[in-house]
Amino acid sequence: MKYVILIYGNPASREVWDGFTPEQQAEGLKIYAALNADLRASGEMVVSQALAEPAAGRRVMVSDGVAMATDGPFAEVKEHLAGFYVVDCASFDRAVEIAGRIPEAGWGMVEVRPVQNWSM
Amino acid sequence: MGDGRGAAGPELVDVTSLDGLLRELAPQVLAAVVRRYGGFDTCEDAVQEALLAAATQWPVQGVPDNPKAWLITVAARRRTEMWRSDTARARREEAVFIQDASGSVPDVDDTLTLFLLCCHPSLTHPSQVALTLRAVGGLSTAEIARSFLVPEATVAQRISRAKQRIKADGFRLPPALELPERIAVVLRVLYLIFNEGYTASSGVSLNRVELTAEAIRLTRQLRPERPDDGEIAGLLALMLLTDARRPARTARDGALVPLAAQDRGLWDSVAIAEGTSLITSALAVAPVGPYQVQAAIAAVHDEASSADATDWRQILVLYDLLERLAPGPMVTLNRVVAVAMVHGPAAGLRLLDSLAPHYRVDAVRAHLLDMAGEYAAAGVHYGRAARGTLSVPERRYLEGRARAAAGMGGGSGVRSSPDSSPS
Repeated sequence: MKYVILIYGNPASREVWDGFTPEQQAEGLKIYAALNADLRASGEMVVSQALAEPAAGRRVMVSDGVAMATDGPFAEVKEHLAGFYVVDCASFDRAVEIAGRIPEAGWGMVEVRPVQNWSM
Repeated sequence: MGDGRGAAGPELVDVTSLDGLLRELAPQVLAAVVRRYGGFDTCEDAVQEALLAAATQWPVQGVPDNPKAWLITVAARRRTEMWRSDTARARREEAVFIQDASGSVPDVDDTLTLFLLCCHPSLTHPSQVALTLRAVGGLSTAEIARSFLVPEATVAQRISRAKQRIKADGFRLPPALELPERIAVVLRVLYLIFNEGYTASSGVSLNRVELTAEAIRLTRQLRPERPDDGEIAGLLALMLLTDARRPARTARDGALVPLAAQDRGLWDSVAIAEGTSLITSALAVAPVGPYQVQAAIAAVHDEASSADATDWRQILVLYDLLERLAPGPMVTLNRVVAVAMVHGPAAGLRLLDSLAPHYRVDAVRAHLLDMAGEYAAAGVHYGRAARGTLSVPERRYLEGRARAAAGMGGGSGVRSSPDSSPS
């Protein structure tokens, strides 16, 4: 079964991160590196990416068949997607276990969603 | 096969039959190479490369007179090269290897040993599946990855990790006492492969290896290894009898068609005949087991000329037996359906109350309420079941039933049996 693990961020969590010393940040990244290595070794990793900040994104709007990409509006955004994993693992419990190793889970900002499938 | 060079000419080598030949030879070649040199890990990689070499060279140069010996020779050579790149000591032994490899092939049938090793109980299910498809089925890592819609690197990692894990296990049959248990694991892996293929909707099957056909092929390969094993015959029969209904299972628009509404004229009568004869003879001689009972149930469905003609009494007897042999929530749920078909929806509904919540329980409850004419309640439970499934075609089907139930005042629509299992 495939699951997507969504990692959220918000301005407050960003501030916490920015307030970390380089050592603390390195420690946080090490946790991710170890998790990634474990998931690759177990054959459960499908893909994982950290996302650039929302301000670096574009919003797409199609009008009269013409696609327009604009910046924002992002001002009102309280929570944003900061990164995600797609894992292929044995059970929902296992996916939750994996999600529990993500540091953001300590703030309740990690969500596990089963992938909808097209099979019967 | 045989003399592809002479009669047909290289350009006429049929790629499909070539593929079939290579896949059939794959486990024999692997077993021969492992038996001769040991080291399953490296040998398996080497055989993969030999298969690849054959797939590119044979269509151009023609199929060699002895394809198996050719593959063994090439695999042995590749194995030596790999080994040499790992260690320096191989050099002096190389000459012996090559000399040996071109000679006669030991005529020991190691197919069962290979199956058991690939389905080693210490491996996870995804690893057992990947390793079996590659080492016994002769599929490439890329083909397996496409079949399961995961990246190639993920499958490659599962295979290499699995091989590391079983490294310590020699290439030999386990003690006779452990055999039944070990064969049961192999059967479960084959059934997993079959189900993966059976439940895939046609839309994504493009470019995917037909996993149902592959599972059937592998089970056929396993059967002569243990001809008296009723469960191997039972599993093969179950696969054939289930797969026979596949052409009727999906409507043109991709919608799921439940068993009761299927056009039985579309069912594969050849597969049904083979499956029925297999299960009939297995039940007559072998000790009964869960696969045989499931095959017998499938046979009763397949033999009915219409849904109404289904012998539900016999199906109920078989579910009673299955619940004793291999109890589980899905078996219990399917038995409830049989009870409802024999004794009426109220009897079925009473039994449902004791089951743990699951969307399939909701779906069966909805069907039974529908049968009982309680359309409003049926609509609610169809809706609940629709929200519970992760499968898009199944959700669409359940939503359709929910709408139909909601719009039902008097006359009944499709009178179908509640089908809790994949049709």
